[in-house]
Amino acid sequence: MTAETLPVLTRKDFVSDQEVRWCPGCGDYSILAQTQKTMPDFGVPREKIVFISGIGCSGRLPYYMATYGFHTIHGRAPTIATGLKAARPDLMVWVITGDGDALSIGGNHVIHAMRRNVDIRLIMFNNQIYGLTKGQASPTSEIGKKTKSTPQGTVDRPIVPLSVALTAEATFVARSVDTDTAHMQETLLAAGHHRGSAFVEVLQNCVIFNDDTFAPFTAKDVREDRMLVLRHGEPLVFGKERDKGIRLDGLRPVVVELGKEWSVADLLVHDETAADPTLAYILSRLTYPDFPVPVGVLRRVQAPTHDALIEAQMAEALAKRGPGDLGKLLLAGETWTVS
Amino acid sequence: MTTQSTAEPRPQVQELDRVTIRFAGDSGDGMQLTGTQFTRTTAAFGNDIATLPDFPAEIRAPAGSLPGVSGFQISFSSNDIHTPGDAPDVLVAMNPAALRTNLADLPPGGALIVNADAFTANNLQKAGYAENPLSDGSLKDWNLFEIPISTLNARALDGLAMTSKQVDLTKNFFALGLMFWLYERSMEPTLRWIEEKFSSKPVIAEANARALKAGYAFGETTEIFHTHYRVKRASLPPGTYRNVTGNEATALGLVAAAQLAGRQMFLASYPITPASDILHQLSTYKHFGVKTFQAEDEIAAIGAAIGAAYGGSMGLTSTSGPGIALKTEAMGLAVMVELPLVVIDVQRAGPSTGMPTKVEQSDLLQLMHGRNGDAPIAIVAPATPAECFDYAIEAWRIALRYMTPVAYLSDGFLATGSEPWKVPSVADLPSIAVEGWTDRETFRPYRRDPETLARPWAVPGTPGLEHRIGGLEKADLSGNISYDPENHHRMTQLRHQKIANIANDIPDLQVYGPSRGDLLILGWGSTYGAIRSAVERLQAEGHAVAHAHLRHLNPFPRNTGEVLGAYRRVLMPEVNMGQLRLLIRARYLVDAVGLNKVRGKPYRIAEIEEAARLLLTEGAAQ
Ligand code: SF4
Repeated sequence: MTAETLPVLTRKDFVSDQEVRWCPGCGDYSILAQTQKTMPDFGVPREKIVFISGIGCSGRLPYYMATYGFHTIHGRAPTIATGLKAARPDLMVWVITGDGDALSIGGNHVIHAMRRNVDIRLIMFNNQIYGLTKGQASPTSEIGKKTKSTPQGTVDRPIVPLSVALTAEATFVARSVDTDTAHMQETLLAAGHHRGSAFVEVLQNCVIFNDDTFAPFTAKDVREDRMLVLRHGEPLVFGKERDKGIRLDGLRPVVVELGKEWSVADLLVHDETAADPTLAYILSRLTYPDFPVPVGVLRRVQAPTHDALIEAQMAEALAKRGPGDLGKLLLAGETWTVS
Repeated sequence: MTTQSTAEPRPQVQELDRVTIRFAGDSGDGMQLTGTQFTRTTAAFGNDIATLPDFPAEIRAPAGSLPGVSGFQISFSSNDIHTPGDAPDVLVAMNPAALRTNLADLPPGGALIVNADAFTANNLQKAGYAENPLSDGSLKDWNLFEIPISTLNARALDGLAMTSKQVDLTKNFFALGLMFWLYERSMEPTLRWIEEKFSSKPVIAEANARALKAGYAFGETTEIFHTHYRVKRASLPPGTYRNVTGNEATALGLVAAAQLAGRQMFLASYPITPASDILHQLSTYKHFGVKTFQAEDEIAAIGAAIGAAYGGSMGLTSTSGPGIALKTEAMGLAVMVELPLVVIDVQRAGPSTGMPTKVEQSDLLQLMHGRNGDAPIAIVAPATPAECFDYAIEAWRIALRYMTPVAYLSDGFLATGSEPWKVPSVADLPSIAVEGWTDRETFRPYRRDPETLARPWAVPGTPGLEHRIGGLEKADLSGNISYDPENHHRMTQLRHQKIANIANDIPDLQVYGPSRGDLLILGWGSTYGAIRSAVERLQAEGHAVAHAHLRHLNPFPRNTGEVLGAYRRVLMPEVNMGQLRLLIRARYLVDAVGLNKVRGKPYRIAEIEEAARLLLTEGAAQ
């Protein structure tokens, strides 16, 4: 890559000519805007970036990016991304998905893309509902949720996306919120700079079918008291007055008030680079109203990527056997000649 | 052959045109290995051959049980042959279960060689014999040779540091040695193979070599066999040959296609019988730039292949019928985004899990129509194991040239059956390379080549061609999302026409026999050998019977209708309930008659001959 093929890009360079068609007020607009804003930071030329999506409202995002884009089929975006990245390690691959797409119909693929450490950034828009099909319960809907398909309330217990990602061995796991644009940018940047399987959950408001579902803890006036912003190397402090924290009692997290019995020194210190995912898993289990909802990077560790391991085997085979000779291959084994 | 003279009378040598041997035993008895070794030796000797393995689906069925029986049939000849033989001339039965499951196929008078040691009370009971068939006279119609193979073999291995169980595992080599003697084959290739295979285990190597030689010597020195047999070399066309199974030839054809196209091949697959060997084999070709990926499921496999194709590689997935069922939605996506993709289906008996190790041709309609919407794809089907090589390349030629998914239909018989393959010279293989699109001025994601209607392959990484594709209907040219009714109608027609146009670019349907006549037998896939042999017999009797075999199933060759119309009757044998017949009748309004058998076995020549005779006499009576 020469310097002249790498002009400094801006947000505008990543905006496609397609009209954006989400419902007015949908959280997706904000995610799209932050995504477009962060792209120039990676220094990757536009043609080397690919957005791959599945089905659902989130699936439209690639049409709005002025990069390469592939809107695939329900739940299968991670498989297409896996094949693309394995075939083309030079590309930067993003997967855009939703809670139904990633954790219901495509659950198997998400798990395997993560455990293989496929070098993709998977952004999961979690609105806890099926939007595109007009309002049915999703795998992240809370138990008892009344929807068109569950008039008496769903009897299915919800899945916790971050816990799934962690147990699937994702090397980068984070959460952000559509309404906090600065935090989302920060999170997308961290995901973009990570090498390996990145799983980012964005809590996204569906104004039409599940409006304000996250508002009890994301609303401006309460969010500092009800959310926990994770910072690497820092103790888990939260609250408008920075007067609350999380400490561990054995393996049990507890909310404590600072200043009386407990001080900052007693709190759990966040280490996103810990090789052992146990603490990250404990954080992933914190849910409102018992706990503040954690956002930020839960885990960020280095491991060989899927494509790099494949390339290493290719190189090893080539070094051991030399470039393949088709003529010789066809004549391998027992041959005989008829004259 | 030994040249030393002895006082004993030499056995007579009888010359035969063709011999068919079936090795049968417990799956733990190494029958597949025995069969393969006999095949290699016989192929290298220069006979024409055809083989048919028959193994149980269970990996380790209980020893000695009926489901545990594994068989391998080889037919070899001094003439050109097309099938592994309708019935064996010789049956080698290593235990009572093998005898019981295979005896019905051995015609009266056929040679029956049994390992007498295996006919113990316990084994007889497992095979469901109340009486020992060796002594109750029930085998009097056959030419029975009772040989205490286990005992003789153990004696030959005396003194080696091995357990009796290990010793027993080598008895198949004793049987093999005996068959080598009986049919005048050299032991050399197998001895070499043993040496290489067990180079790190000298005792095992020694044991197998001794077993083989002991079996050979037993034939030579005992007087049980009064005759041994000679089958002269076949006069095959000049060239260099090797023996290949269909799966091997498929894998080789795929690597060749990648080389001919000058692109990286990316195989994504999920293990399934009987297709897994293609994945196994291609995974050893990394030095040819072939990448392989074992996916988490069938859907992920085709997804990854589509992803690789999107990135400019030759995306490929291999499976069998149940896997195709899972891949159908993704195949529809490949139709919509018009990317090159090859889907290999090594068919097996269905429906559902069916009979995984048994042959059937019952996925044709699934591949032809098994997708939502009007979603045509090209379909090719090789007719013989060796032809799998050519059609793997042909599948890729079509996929690349027309930017379309192509289904390649093999089956369990082709996959595991083998025949001599005249190895082509690389220089004679077709070039199938296509260029990716790079020109940004003229680029439209769905502009089309006027001749092929293929859209440009504009892969990520190409500057200035950033664009979006997907499963939603595309606006003509721009590829943007479109719900316009006229546009959908036009795009559906274009997708249809693109596949139909392939007919301009494939060879005419060839006819073997008279160009007009009383009967045409039309087949596809692995029924080729049986049909051809039946037609040869009928022609030799003076019947106006011809054989045509379709290798392109979608679209059909342009002259197909013309060929069908030139015969009074059309007979279509298929290992299904009439899937190609349905397509042929619908397309050409021809009253083709079906011959349909789904027993998990290939056709015997006689079955096709009989059906043909029936139609010929019916015709004569009219
Ligand atoms: S249905 Fe909900 S998620 Fe979908 S676009 Fe509308 S507001 Fe957004």
